Amino acid sequence: MTEWRPTAGDRARRARAQLYRDLRHFFDEREVLEVETPALASHGVTDPGIECLPVTGSGLLQPSPEYHMKRLLAAGAGPIYQIARVFRAGEQGRRHNPEFTLLEWYRPGFTLTDLVDECLSLLEGVLANNGREHWRYRQLFQRELGLDPLTADTAELAECARQEGAAPPVTERQPLLDWLLASRIEPALPRDRLVVIRDFPPAAAALARIEADPEDAAPIAQRFEVFFGGHELANGYHELVDPQEQAQRFEQDRRIRAERDQPDRHPDPFLLNALEAGLPDCSGVALGLERVLMCQLGATDISEVLNFPFERA
Amino acid sequence: MATYSTNDFKGGLKIMLDGDPCSIIENEFVKPGKGQAFNRVKLRNLKTGKTLEKTFKSGETVDAADVLEIEMQYLYNDGEFWYFMDLETFDQKPADEKAVGDARQWLKEEDICEVTLYNGDPLTVVPPKFVELEVVETDPGLKGDTAGSGGKPATLETGAVVQVPLFIQEGEVIKADTRAHKYVGRVQN
Repeated sequence: MTEWRPTAGDRARRARAQLYRDLRHFFDEREVLEVETPALASHGVTDPGIECLPVTGSGLLQPSPEYHMKRLLAAGAGPIYQIARVFRAGEQGRRHNPEFTLLEWYRPGFTLTDLVDECLSLLEGVLANNGREHWRYRQLFQRELGLDPLTADTAELAECARQEGAAPPVTERQPLLDWLLASRIEPALPRDRLVVIRDFPPAAAALARIEADPEDAAPIAQRFEVFFGGHELANGYHELVDPQEQAQRFEQDRRIRAERDQPDRHPDPFLLNALEAGLPDCSGVALGLERVLMCQLGATDISEVLNFPFERA
Repeated sequence: MATYSTNDFKGGLKIMLDGDPCSIIENEFVKPGKGQAFNRVKLRNLKTGKTLEKTFKSGETVDAADVLEIEMQYLYNDGEFWYFMDLETFDQKPADEKAVGDARQWLKEEDICEVTLYNGDPLTVVPPKFVELEVVETDPGLKGDTAGSGGKPATLETGAVVQVPLFIQEGEVIKADTRAHKYVGRVQN
């Protein structure tokens, strides 16, 4: 319990230092500015899938630098990036630590496709890989599970989820889709290729804008994720800029929080005011750096790439 | 009753599941994208010994199982129960046939066993890994066979039957491995 030594070895420490150098070089060349934003702030996020860590009397530790970086974008900062320490309550396991490192960057004027491309260029520079693979969320569900995630009814999803392994502990539509993605589709992805999944169901939009699918006009979220080596590495959006819709999503999140007995979170008025003033059309993405280091080193536990994981912090 | 949250889950933790005490073998925290997190858990049902998989929503709570693993000394068998003593409190606990199970064939008075107590009563008994027991019945072996090329069954004083080398005779004490169910060597007097 009181083991004082670091869990990461010299190789992991050097890999992290080199990774930070590589990332800064990548963004310097592209004229993206490194910025800082607070780790401790008065508001958190409403997202029911993310629990902020409260600091008594002072506010909440930030689970991502997203809101503050969007305020910088609204203030005209231009393309920006940050290597940020972030905090999420209860996330602890082989691939999670409550405190971890996100590389987050925003590109005014970029479409989702532009940002996917830049994200893959960055990853190709730091990970030994065998190429790229692009999937739309719907296509992938159809290929792997033979169902359309946008039109299949909840009973069909639950039946599919029951077919293999332990039954899922959820019954609602989007949690079932999340469970299928994590337990059926992710394990089947090639580990040596950078796999992009994009165009998520609207219920998984988070802060992405929702647009009509060019094929059948079904609403889809302009969101992508990148998977590699059995890990989910990055999550990006063509960012929602409409303040009314943002306010509605905050309220929707709060309803879900109330249903699940999670603590209520007030919508961040700073962010809403910034959107009111005008967030430039932009795309942004967050990349988990511990996961990248795990891939580089072939590590199976996050403690191999953190000097002092939570149990020893 | 004590409860555990999924955040407390780790190998060895004892929880109640569908009315039975279970021991967690493996716990994996899974978080799909920005979705709801869950824990995929592999457990052993301590009553049946079977392993099973179960997923929990992260943050869910479950009842703790009142399960204790302690070392106890085997005392005697009265025909119905096997009696074990806690070496610290000198408390005696009767274990029934189901709890003793296959361990019974190795149980020798005064040996120290690992006993799992559930709500204070023995649930399972694990004999010591190595035991020294007298051979009570075996065919006379061929003289001169020292290479151990062959083998023969021998019944030990506690009832277990193991394959022993041909040179082992009735009345000798041997060392046996209870997990592998194997003869290890002869014990010199």
